[in-house]
Amino acid sequence: MSATAVYWLIGVAVIAYAVTAGADFGGGLWDLLATGPRRERQRELIAEAIAPIWEVNHIWMIFVVVMLFSVFPHAFAVVSIALHVPILLVLVGIVLRGSAFIFRAYGMEPDERRAQWGRVFAITSAATPIALGAILAALSSGDILVELDAAGAPQVRSGFFVGWTSPFALAVGLFTLALFTMLAATYLAREAQVRGELELSIDFRRRAVISEAVAGALAMLVCWRAWAESPELFHNLLAQPWSLPAQALTAAVAVAAIVCLRRDMLQVARALVIVQVALVVVGWGVAMDGDLVLGALDHQDAGAREAVLARLPYVLAGGSVLFVPALWWLFRVFKSETASSATS
Amino acid sequence: MTDLFAARSQMAISLAFHILFAVAGMAMPALMTLAEWRYLRTGEPAALELAKRWAKGTAILFAVGAVSGTVLSFELGLLWPEFMRHAGPLVGMPFSLEGFAFFLEAIFLGLYLYGWKLLPPKVHLATGVGVAICGTTSAVFVTAVNAWMNEPAGFVYVLGPDGVGQFTEIRPWEAMFNNAFFSQALHMVLAAYSAVAIAALGIHAWALRRSPDSAMHRTGLRLALLLAIVSVPAQLVSGHHSAQHIAEYQPTKLAAAESLFHTQTRAPLALGGLPNEETMELEYAVELPGVLSFMAFNDFDAEVKGLEEVDRELWPPVAVVHVAFQIMVGAGTAMLLIAMAGGGLWLLHWRGLGPPPWERRYFLIPAALATPLGLIAIEAGWVVTEVGRQPWVIQGYMKTADAVTPMPGLATPMIAFSLLYLFLGVVVFMLLRRHVLVTTDAAPEPDVAPEGGEA
Repeated sequence: MSATAVYWLIGVAVIAYAVTAGADFGGGLWDLLATGPRRERQRELIAEAIAPIWEVNHIWMIFVVVMLFSVFPHAFAVVSIALHVPILLVLVGIVLRGSAFIFRAYGMEPDERRAQWGRVFAITSAATPIALGAILAALSSGDILVELDAAGAPQVRSGFFVGWTSPFALAVGLFTLALFTMLAATYLAREAQVRGELELSIDFRRRAVISEAVAGALAMLVCWRAWAESPELFHNLLAQPWSLPAQALTAAVAVAAIVCLRRDMLQVARALVIVQVALVVVGWGVAMDGDLVLGALDHQDAGAREAVLARLPYVLAGGSVLFVPALWWLFRVFKSETASSATS
Repeated sequence: MTDLFAARSQMAISLAFHILFAVAGMAMPALMTLAEWRYLRTGEPAALELAKRWAKGTAILFAVGAVSGTVLSFELGLLWPEFMRHAGPLVGMPFSLEGFAFFLEAIFLGLYLYGWKLLPPKVHLATGVGVAICGTTSAVFVTAVNAWMNEPAGFVYVLGPDGVGQFTEIRPWEAMFNNAFFSQALHMVLAAYSAVAIAALGIHAWALRRSPDSAMHRTGLRLALLLAIVSVPAQLVSGHHSAQHIAEYQPTKLAAAESLFHTQTRAPLALGGLPNEETMELEYAVELPGVLSFMAFNDFDAEVKGLEEVDRELWPPVAVVHVAFQIMVGAGTAMLLIAMAGGGLWLLHWRGLGPPPWERRYFLIPAALATPLGLIAIEAGWVVTEVGRQPWVIQGYMKTADAVTPMPGLATPMIAFSLLYLFLGVVVFMLLRRHVLVTTDAAPEPDVAPEGGEA
């Protein structure tokens, strides 16, 4: 297995995390923004949809971290130092959100306390993706500087607040949140439809279309800030051979998703929003041009060891033989058409 | 407070917090599966009620364990980037495997918790067994990493011209199956089962003192006692094996644990006492001559290496390691007495001599008092292995001080995480009290139905 293959594998895991755990985060924002006559039912559906799977979805993040430090240890060290602060913020968000969700589900008396945990869950769900997006933005900002030390190891030379405190990082953070909420609303619309709760489904359809529009506007904002603040990234977004086709395809898929949402073709819409988010990640990955920290650390110089690369395929194959069927079973039991109605 | 001290404290607090949830994630599924199995075999409603209570406890503990484990995986880099830069490729193998085991554990737990109505009973039971197996497997992989830090293997260490060492020619499998792997993984797994069994035994004993006729708490105590009778004595054997291993391969750690300053034959086993590093003497201890030699090498006259064998700046904090070791062994011994007493009373009851342990007041009181002992022993044992390795993070190759991040102001996140974890710990304690302990035989709660249904 080559270092480049692992680079793309990490990309695949990021996509898996975004379209599963990302939607769980997005669900939290819809909990926060629950309105109208079906407000409580909206919250219940979100909780029911997330409960059996959120812990599994969350583990994609661990997978990314483990791949990073086993295969690209220099990158892990550099990122851990340069982005210490935002990573801590994400961790606080993850801890509070997961705990609050389970505390609410296995709630305590009185109901007021339960509702408080619900708010903690909702607020941290909405805030964490912004920090996650800011971290990714920092990696592609070109602001993080790295120098080789005497032993040839890359060491961070820029400050601890570089890259993730810029307007560009904030724009990417908001864009990430918009994508996650768009995924969540689309999944929830479909889930409500399967359960035969058509009004609830319409609530979430409307929310999905709004988030698509917001995500589109924020995508423009991200491009503008990239142009102003991160010339290398902006250049790559346009100039890499596959960049423009990927951007154009993303836009086309987004439009198709809106059409399907409006026409109530929710199963297709669900597939389209997944493809859309995957394409956004792919487009970003192409623009990163093989770097783990743009302009500072290429994946070929990130400390990959031949011995690790040689053994990794066996570990991945062995693990997947058990993991893939189990994951398929989990989603079949809880997310298939017949199961959804039985859990409610 | 120095940044190094803050980083070490934050790591210690994160581990100390996570390990409680991690061991629950390993051993609670075994208990909940045992209870469900008993229900399927006997049809006792109390066993089903117990399985659901324990499953709720597992759900809460697993969730907090999963998120606090995420924190740790990042903290390895946030606090110790130089350690991970060198060790990452060497410990990546067990961490990757742990990732898969954890994936599977979460999948099976999701199926178990929310699948009461969706899966046939035997399949449902099997998913519980899956949680237990995967939880234990993932702990074994994580322990492999710590074992590697204690007895690093699978590389050639080359000093560069500038005095900077590099780990070259790495062999990941050899690193994973390092010399300390077996004894440490076995000790950790049995610790988890023993601690959770004793804790569950104590909780149900406490509840039985208040409501002696509760069928659910009786079944709970019976199953917890069963697990304790198997795992606690096994842990004694594993502890002995660990001691012998450490005596040979990590002699400084054993010397610190026993406060043995001078290399000697017929080395005594010290009970209690406080070491004085200045005078190199152990004060106020009861010493059993030759017993340490026997424990370490099966020979009362064997020579045991003392701390004087290594330079003083390579000593761990002797008093901390010594006291922690005493606490671990003391708590373990008390747990053994409880498990043996319970087992003995049970045996007598089978022979028709007197009531079973769950009806004996004089068993229930000490059993209830013993509730936290296993968890205390685990924390203390973790201090022995971690503090006992200091000043090294990779024994003999990298000092903890050389691994720490250049990030300043580390006291702030340390205090923030301490407060966060303290708060979460209190909430979890209150939730568990409500869900596991409340006796509802007289007036069943409305929420005894499968929680997947109305979650």
